[in-house]
Amino acid sequence: MFEFFRNLDRRWVFLAMLLAVAIPILLGARFPEDPSPMVRSVFEAIDNLPEGSRVLLALDYDPASEGELHPMAAAFTRQCALKNHKMYFMTLWPPGTVMVQKQITMLEREFPDYEYGIDYVNMGFRPGYEGPIKLIVTDLKKAIAADVQGTSLDQIPLTRDLKNIQQMDLIINVSAGYPGAKEWVLYASTPYGIPTVAGTTGVQSPLLMPYIPNQLTGMLGAIKAAAEYEQLLIDEYPQLKDNRQAQEALRRMGPQLVAHVFLIVLILIGNAIYFIERRRSR
Amino acid sequence: MNRENLIWLTLMLLGGGFLLINAGMKYSETGTVNGSVYVQEIVVEPEADAPPIVTYERTMASLRNEPGVSFSLSRTIGVWAAALCTLAVFSFLWGDNPLYKLAESVFVGVSAAYAMVVGFWTEIVQNLLGNLLPALMRQTLLPGLDTAKTTEWEYVVPLILGVMMIWRLAPSGGWIARWPLAFFIGATAGIRLISYLESDFVQQINNTILPLVVLSADRTIDIWSSVKNITIVFGVFVSLVYFFFSVEHTGTVGALARVGIWLLMITFGASFGYTVMGRVALLAARLEFIFDEWLWLIDPLQRRLGL
Repeated sequence: MFEFFRNLDRRWVFLAMLLAVAIPILLGARFPEDPSPMVRSVFEAIDNLPEGSRVLLALDYDPASEGELHPMAAAFTRQCALKNHKMYFMTLWPPGTVMVQKQITMLEREFPDYEYGIDYVNMGFRPGYEGPIKLIVTDLKKAIAADVQGTSLDQIPLTRDLKNIQQMDLIINVSAGYPGAKEWVLYASTPYGIPTVAGTTGVQSPLLMPYIPNQLTGMLGAIKAAAEYEQLLIDEYPQLKDNRQAQEALRRMGPQLVAHVFLIVLILIGNAIYFIERRRSR
Repeated sequence: MNRENLIWLTLMLLGGGFLLINAGMKYSETGTVNGSVYVQEIVVEPEADAPPIVTYERTMASLRNEPGVSFSLSRTIGVWAAALCTLAVFSFLWGDNPLYKLAESVFVGVSAAYAMVVGFWTEIVQNLLGNLLPALMRQTLLPGLDTAKTTEWEYVVPLILGVMMIWRLAPSGGWIARWPLAFFIGATAGIRLISYLESDFVQQINNTILPLVVLSADRTIDIWSSVKNITIVFGVFVSLVYFFFSVEHTGTVGALARVGIWLLMITFGASFGYTVMGRVALLAARLEFIFDEWLWLIDPLQRRLGL
């Protein structure tokens, strides 16, 4: 057995991991989620705002991290729509326009009463990494002259009287890296005290922890937090219970659990082999 | 034929055979092939005398015989291309191969072209030309531009800097590109320095100044909050001691530094755990796409109800 594991081709491990993820997906395995205090703090940051509050949704991610971040972005958008908040979408990533469009398509399908220009606006992509953040905190229209369709922001009711994003009641950032949550904290949240929450990839989460709670009100870290958030949203808004689109992260926690158990077993086996080899070499 | 080629050939034959059998089964069950995308025609009536705007929205395959619903060849090719590219990228786990190389090259090329086109329309057209030549842009590329908008002459500065930057492509005078580059580096460094000092240095020190004994509303000691604060303050202190190399790491300093390195290791472990979670989530999303949208083996969103 020892020799078998010691000489095991790594491609068998890949195949086993593929099966560990694929089988729960095919079987539709799901597990209950209990929202953590951190997830609740993000939920309350949005839910405690008065109806009709201004919320900036900065979706700074691309298709490469969509599997992890789209459930968060969709949950944030749904919650804002359920609370009748005014949504201002933008992105600092070129492919982010497609991610924003997905949220708008969802809004059109699930919330047909939500009207473009009155309830939400798509300000599209802004190049320049953190540059646009630095500009829009003082003068929005200097950096973003028009929405994604080329209509001047002065002609859109939602943005006509908007001077800068200091007038936002909350910034929601869904971030896959640079520029992302850290830049929003550095250039908007900390210097101007704009309340900010973030949804981030697992890779980013530990790096952003030190900003909580003073510079970042709360954070959803990776798919686990997204699943807890979806559960909390369903608990608070039961009309979402039969909406399968609103349970994407919950669905992904089945394969996640099996894959993690498999990985823990691999770590244990790897360590056992290491210690046995060390003892034999003495 | 060597062993590697034999394995590839077997995998290709097995995969192709499975696809054919699966497609045949789906066709006999539903009357359409897996991976097909159907769209619903939506006509938006314009406000003025302009012609109606027609858009197409994805719909359930079971509605394919309804009026206004049609088969979308472009979206079907999209689903198949995405699925085959995913498999081509996964094939790298077996080893480097032409399929992976092809998928990688397509990804790099498409990403670069996409970023360039989006950047051109949003920055050059909308932000630069829209501010310098508003009347011309209103008549040509930006009909939605505000009619009251006039030329903003300060945008001549970025235009000149941009032209200087592109000068490096000219056969002579490439040094001219160094000036806008120097301006850009200097400005970026200045902006970042202030923000990092404020948000990452001063504010982070502020975040670490915490009460070590936390009292709750009824004036009793909140033990867990106190332990949390003590852990944060102690953790920061010992981690800083580890990076303090002006004193030899022996005795008390050595012991504190050792605790510091342990805490750092725990942090790296947590980061690794988070990274694994992220990667598994991405794998799950791709497999879900393959099983759901391409192969039609599962239907978590009930997109094919009634088929």
